[in-house]
Amino acid sequence: MEVFRPGDAHETEQVVAWAAAERKPLEILGGGSKRALGRPSRTEHTLDLSALCGIVDYDSSELVLTARAATTMTEIEDQLVAHHQMLAFEPPDWREVLGTSGAQTLGGILACNLSGPRRVRAGAARDHFLGFAAVNGWGDGWKAGGKVVKNVTGYDMCKLQAGAFGTLSVMTEVTVRVLPRPETACTLILQSLSDEDAVAAMAAALNSPHEVSAAAHLPVVLVARSGIAELAGAATTALRLEGPRPSVDFRADVLGRLLGEALRLGPADTERFWTGVGAVQPFVDQHSAGKSDRALWRVCPPPSAAPALVRRVQAGLGSAEAFYDWGGALVWLSVEAGTDCGAPLIRAAVAQSGGHATLIRAPERVRMTVPVFEPLSGALDALTRRVKASFDPLGILNPGRMQEGV
Amino acid sequence: MLQMPMPDRAVLARRAEIVAALRRIVPGEGVIDTELERRVYESDGLTAYRTLPMVVVLPENTEQIVHILRYCSANGVKVVPRGAGTSLSGGALPLADGVLLGLGKFMRILEIDVPNRCVVVQPGVTNLGITHAVQDQGFYYAPDPSSQIACTIGGNVAENSGGVHCLKYGLTTNNVIGIEMVTMDGEIVRLGGKHLDSAGYDLLGVMVGSEGLLGIVTEVTVRILPKPPGARALLLGFPTIEGAGNAVAAIIGAGIIPGGMEMMDRLAVEAAEAFAHAGYPMDAEALLIVELDGCEAEVDHLVQAVEAIAAEHGATTCRTSRNEEERLLFWAGRKSAFPAVGRLSPDYYCMDGTIPRKRLGEVLARMKQMEGRYGLRVANVFHAGDGNLHPLILYDANNPGELERAEEFGNDILRLCVEVGGVLTGEHGVGVEKRDLMGTMFNEADLDQQQRLKCAFDPDSLLNPGKVFPQLCKCAELGRVHVHAGQVRFPDLPRF
Ligand SMILES: Cc1cc2nc3c(=O)[nH]c(=O)nc-3n(C[C@H](O)[C@H](O)[C@H](O)COP(=O)(O)OP(=O)(O)OC[C@H]3O[C@@H](n4cnc5c(N)ncnc54)[C@H](O)[C@@H]3O)c2cc1C
Repeated sequence: MEVFRPGDAHETEQVVAWAAAERKPLEILGGGSKRALGRPSRTEHTLDLSALCGIVDYDSSELVLTARAATTMTEIEDQLVAHHQMLAFEPPDWREVLGTSGAQTLGGILACNLSGPRRVRAGAARDHFLGFAAVNGWGDGWKAGGKVVKNVTGYDMCKLQAGAFGTLSVMTEVTVRVLPRPETACTLILQSLSDEDAVAAMAAALNSPHEVSAAAHLPVVLVARSGIAELAGAATTALRLEGPRPSVDFRADVLGRLLGEALRLGPADTERFWTGVGAVQPFVDQHSAGKSDRALWRVCPPPSAAPALVRRVQAGLGSAEAFYDWGGALVWLSVEAGTDCGAPLIRAAVAQSGGHATLIRAPERVRMTVPVFEPLSGALDALTRRVKASFDPLGILNPGRMQEGV
Repeated sequence: MLQMPMPDRAVLARRAEIVAALRRIVPGEGVIDTELERRVYESDGLTAYRTLPMVVVLPENTEQIVHILRYCSANGVKVVPRGAGTSLSGGALPLADGVLLGLGKFMRILEIDVPNRCVVVQPGVTNLGITHAVQDQGFYYAPDPSSQIACTIGGNVAENSGGVHCLKYGLTTNNVIGIEMVTMDGEIVRLGGKHLDSAGYDLLGVMVGSEGLLGIVTEVTVRILPKPPGARALLLGFPTIEGAGNAVAAIIGAGIIPGGMEMMDRLAVEAAEAFAHAGYPMDAEALLIVELDGCEAEVDHLVQAVEAIAAEHGATTCRTSRNEEERLLFWAGRKSAFPAVGRLSPDYYCMDGTIPRKRLGEVLARMKQMEGRYGLRVANVFHAGDGNLHPLILYDANNPGELERAEEFGNDILRLCVEVGGVLTGEHGVGVEKRDLMGTMFNEADLDQQQRLKCAFDPDSLLNPGKVFPQLCKCAELGRVHVHAGQVRFPDLPRF
């Protein structure tokens, strides 16, 4: 059991080349904050990238930032805030809900393609990922993309790296697009809507020209855990507006009248509320250390199918609880862990609605046996395996993290 | 001129048999065999390159595409997909020993799904056709290439096309959420759909921009957006390119991402003005068009901010559109810049590199020097917000050697883009045009990894070969594992 901690890209290549020659799979770690995510690793050795850190280049007026892959999100955020900029996909912090510690790193966020509430407007992590340098499963260093915001030279490998959970290549340096931070923000609250009405209201808001930048719905039982005391007691549908102050005020008034606004949160509460939604705050307590009797699913259905999907799951699993983000395109489901975390029922419901489900938090024994990611079949499964083999034919990089044999 | 791979004689010898087999799959007029009719397809928007395709087939449904690809796979026949043929990089250039697969009959809008904010279309629907289908309901499809009347969504997916609004609203890749595709071996694969994010690897993301090398796109689901309630455009004239460039940086530095931000140099302005009579200032070295969209309160607020920035940076002209008609007029010149420049000269060659914006002044100065060296003029149109440069090189193909000179000039411009930290192509794709320049941006290891991905989709290199990569792919060689136990030294690193 070795933990390799290379100091640069070249040393990273050496480690992987050795591991490939010896056919020794590696677990790849940035800061370790998402170690509990995915199928449990059973590798003998670990490749710890934490020494590959530091911002390489940040030119705010070019809207581009390049950093070594394991640069911590704290360092990135500090720099961005100082220049009134942000990662528009609003990377969420899942450490509490996963029960992990360790630093979040930019490379880790991109490898998992993690996006927060603004995803519904600004796109996912993958949409802001411009280029990288990496090491493939042969131990060869290679790069793709660029350091400018617009580029179509060669295949868009960034998309493939984002969400590959480190199974295709080890990223050593990444370049992302950054955007100006909005001047101000507020959140409109609609109250006491059923799930169906809430999803319809969110669709109306997102389909309006008022540039809603986040839309979530918490049923009444979860509102108390939103961290905003004044929301307690009624189901809450929240719509965020961001931009220059005169614009936000105007749009909030128009949209509020249109949809029947009950309350409005100012900038500070808006920040707190949406950070909480991104961090899956309403389910943190249930999943904190020692209470491993519940499991957490992240389901991405077509938005309009979300309420029926939740109803189906709740009909089969009495204690299931759910809330909606991304206007219904993201559903967080908390269920009793039991033997299989309700997987058969949830997968069947997803098959009916369309979309996919990922088991985010579950006891290790369950993640060994229940597929964590949506199972693939037929031609797509075969293609996925060929793609994996084209980067890592020996299965050295995070093998089995997403699918058995991938 | 760049060389295409030698046609395979054995395949050419079997031409009649191949045509007959395709006729069994696509009956009637869907298989085009006569030379006269095949001529129509001999080039795309990169008209300097022409090749008569071996045969053209225009299938009507996915099932037929499956059978065509199965047949071609089994018989080692190459296939080149084609949408509307407006590619500026030669992506749809036919092969003399290949089947040209036209998607022109896939013209149906399959579903408009407002609650899920998306539209499902066949790949031959034009870019503008999507907006037309949803505009009554207050929506539009955001990426807007200047060719949007003609180009197809399938071609947009293949090229990851952009437009003047992509700084704020994204390229094709940010606006496509699902596709159906057929792989070269005839398997149908669905990627994405009406939901967000991918269940496994983001193969959709890599299909977008793959220039027809990885699969045939047979259905596309795009995200639609509500039309902004209003927009105003500013025309800003500057006495120097640097002044305009600094104003752009200051606008972004002030936290403003305009709906569109375009720059033109003096020659482009003169041409556009003569063509469109948009009222452009003729005394400016650089013209900026900045469009601000959103609700009235926001637009008014941002217009004031941009006007102030323009004044600070020495703008000699600053006009703000007062109504929709005037806004469209401001754009009319820019939108017709290519044909307008086309009137200055018998031929022009449109380049498409991206640079870090701060290097703009330097890049344009060096381009000026090159103009002298090559004896050719350049008009510059520039997506200023994202650094995507479109130098239009003016030449006359009737003068012997001038086309070759224009191409060499273009290559030098692209090398310069890479040298200053930019890239070879911002939105038009590599195709055949920039194929042999890939080595200026990528080394062998980078290109090998790209080629291996190609092998995962198309192991026999039958789909659109000769494009994008300077060398044809040797999948068996690339996939080999050379090292074995004991052959690589244990990494000499501190361990924990
Ligand atoms: C006047 C003019 C202005 C332009 N302006 C812009 C602009 O502003 N922005 C911009 O980005 N581009 C622009 N272009 C370039 C061009 O219009 C785009 O690249 C467009 O997306 C090509 O679409 P098409 O349907 O014509 O595709 P084609 O030219 O037919 O094909 C392009 C590529 O796509 C592949 N392909 C086509 N359909 C499919 C399919 N269904 N499945 C798989 N592969 C397929 C082809 O093999 C080829 O490699 C312009 C072109 C012209 C002539």
